[in-house]
Amino acid sequence: MQNVMGIINLNESEELLREVTKHRPLAAVPFAGRYRVIDFILSSMVNSGIQNVGILVLSKYRALMDHLRSGKEWDLARKRDGLFILPPAETQPCGSGDIENFYRNLDYIKSSRQQYVLIAGSNTICNLNFKKAFQFHQAKQADITVLYKEQEIQQDDFKHCAIVDCDADGRIVDMAVNPSRQESRKVSMKMYLMAKTTLIDLITDCAARGGTDFLMDGIVKNVGKLAIYGYPYKGFMGRIHSVASYYHQNMELLKPDRWQELFFKSGPIYTKVKDEAPVKYKENAHIANAMIANGCVIEGTVENSILFRGVKVELGAYIKDSIIMQKCTIGANAKLENVICDKDVSISAEKWLKGEVNYPLVIEKGTVI
Amino acid sequence: MRKKECIAMILAGGQGSRLGLLTKKVAKPAVPFGGKYRIIDFTLSNCRNSQIDTVGVLTQYQPFALNSYIGLGSAWDLDHRDGGAFTLPPYTKESGAEWYKGTADAIWQNIHFIERYNPSYVLVLSGDHIYTMDYAKMIDYHKAKKADATISVLEVPWNEASRFGIMSTADTGRITDFQEKPANPNSNLASMGIYIFNWKHLKKHLEEDSNDFTSSHDFGKNVIPKMLGEGHRLFAYPFQGYWKDVGTVDSFWEANMDLLAEEPQLDIYNPDWRIYSVNPTRPPHYIAAGAKVSRSLISEGCLILGEVEDSVIFPGVCIGEGARIIKSIVMPYVNIGAGVQTYQAIIGKRVVVEEGARVGWAGSSMSPDITVVAENAVIGRGMEWGPEGVIPKKNVG
Repeated sequence: MQNVMGIINLNESEELLREVTKHRPLAAVPFAGRYRVIDFILSSMVNSGIQNVGILVLSKYRALMDHLRSGKEWDLARKRDGLFILPPAETQPCGSGDIENFYRNLDYIKSSRQQYVLIAGSNTICNLNFKKAFQFHQAKQADITVLYKEQEIQQDDFKHCAIVDCDADGRIVDMAVNPSRQESRKVSMKMYLMAKTTLIDLITDCAARGGTDFLMDGIVKNVGKLAIYGYPYKGFMGRIHSVASYYHQNMELLKPDRWQELFFKSGPIYTKVKDEAPVKYKENAHIANAMIANGCVIEGTVENSILFRGVKVELGAYIKDSIIMQKCTIGANAKLENVICDKDVSISAEKWLKGEVNYPLVIEKGTVI
Repeated sequence: MRKKECIAMILAGGQGSRLGLLTKKVAKPAVPFGGKYRIIDFTLSNCRNSQIDTVGVLTQYQPFALNSYIGLGSAWDLDHRDGGAFTLPPYTKESGAEWYKGTADAIWQNIHFIERYNPSYVLVLSGDHIYTMDYAKMIDYHKAKKADATISVLEVPWNEASRFGIMSTADTGRITDFQEKPANPNSNLASMGIYIFNWKHLKKHLEEDSNDFTSSHDFGKNVIPKMLGEGHRLFAYPFQGYWKDVGTVDSFWEANMDLLAEEPQLDIYNPDWRIYSVNPTRPPHYIAAGAKVSRSLISEGCLILGEVEDSVIFPGVCIGEGARIIKSIVMPYVNIGAGVQTYQAIIGKRVVVEEGARVGWAGSSMSPDITVVAENAVIGRGMEWGPEGVIPKKNVG
């Protein structure tokens, strides 16, 4: 896939995830114990053989830059190609649409050597190899190939996704976001393969005719006009768009087969390395059904939970059904249930905090309780 | 090339034959340690944390694993434009090819490497010790004492002093006497094998030593005693803290177990003194509902369904349901089947222990000796595998 460049489009709604996206874009939200949301799509691209990846950022992207730096961890610190951060136009008013972002960075897209482009969002959690989808794209001589997954849409995680409908040949005959009548269960993964020239035409055309939204004006409006095909993806896919889906997608990884599939099946997931020591379990540690990252020191009880790197759990502390991000300290005999602690939170001894299963309590970054 | 104030030379060529099966395929500095590290990570991290950016690593025995592990030194942040990490195996010269004949000879044979940086000081280190130390402080001490050479020393218990190179010092710290493994030690200050030399002095002494056919070309046995004999200014730098030479299976095992103490002397969690290593790309480990872990270190990518007690578990290890891992060291990517029991075992990389097998057991009971299982071994279903089954008697100790 050396002939394909990747573009990760961070124009994503953060409305339902405000508690953890105040200081960072959705792409940089910590996920699964040691990763950031973007690691999954970025690693999937790299493992598929893509060597040139541009990231269309919006605002507050310092945290993301800090995470990606040169792209070395993804093997993207290269002399030619590699990782590119594509900043938005300075004058761009908020919410003016992602076509503007593409348009502003058209020179990067034009000057890249690859003939094809794979466009994806950051918040689809999966570990997939794009080779088959690319072969499909070429075999169908498609203008655009949309990757989709047949999925129960009733599930909250897949609300507000585009739904596609294909004919027997796989050609997309309808595509809509929140349609009034849903006849298809095919959820778009927000991943599109096309020739670079097609993308350039699409963007310039939208820009010329007042189109602002890549999905609506670029893809949906062209259904029927261009040869747009749907490629069925069969593996695991998660989507993060709200606190509930964030919580749910993390907890899904406590199923060992899910853990195995997401992290091992089609290649490793790369992330920024922190050089933390192995986890230390002390005398009174009690762990059941938990995923725990390096650098933690645990003296208390952890059940059905995910602990990020460098968390301290003191004696007698009890953590249940919770997600504890980097470098939090949970004091002695503190009790947490259905809680999401953002980075650097410190819960002092004896405190009790409890959220609800369908509404976890989110504690903001750096809070001391 | 810009002049460097100080460069480090790490001696990493030893076979470490007393580690038996652990060093069959890799040199001692490359042996996995502490749940994610290799032994040499401690010395390399000390260099990085002491702002020493040019490091030569002298390799000889089974160099491949070590060479590929160190690479450009980027894992330790040593990939600098001027300087960096270099592995220096013996090579053929105009006059012919020679192995490194001793620690001093290894440095002498790489004189061109050192000259390239024209350093004021050369720090000579061992690649097989577990400790954290700020070499910058030792360099300051060396400068303050206007020493020709400074040797780092550790107070050891008197009854163990005869196992070490022992220094006697005057009140100023100046070394008055040096004895290699004395039967009746008159001091308990042991050399840690860490030396700082003024490069000009060292160069002269190495040259003399290389022409001395009676010399065994060793720092401790030849170079240091000769410098002392000639009245040079040699100082002892007193080190306090954890330091361990992991030269034998017993000390290797002990040093791993030391990390499991309630408050270990060696702090691997210090954010200001990180121990760097090449990181495996693995997810956080998963501990299942029926599992039990206590007083243990567990690293990334492990899947734990059984019990782990007083043990060190490296990345990518699977421990099946009902298995009991007690006082053991389980190296990367080992697969342990259901119901397996291990006791005081060191299990090498990628070993497979099939269902119901017992490692570290002999005659249906737990063996008091340490069992070492060589990498890639397969221990069959229900088998009993004791120390005798693995280390032939002649190699023990």
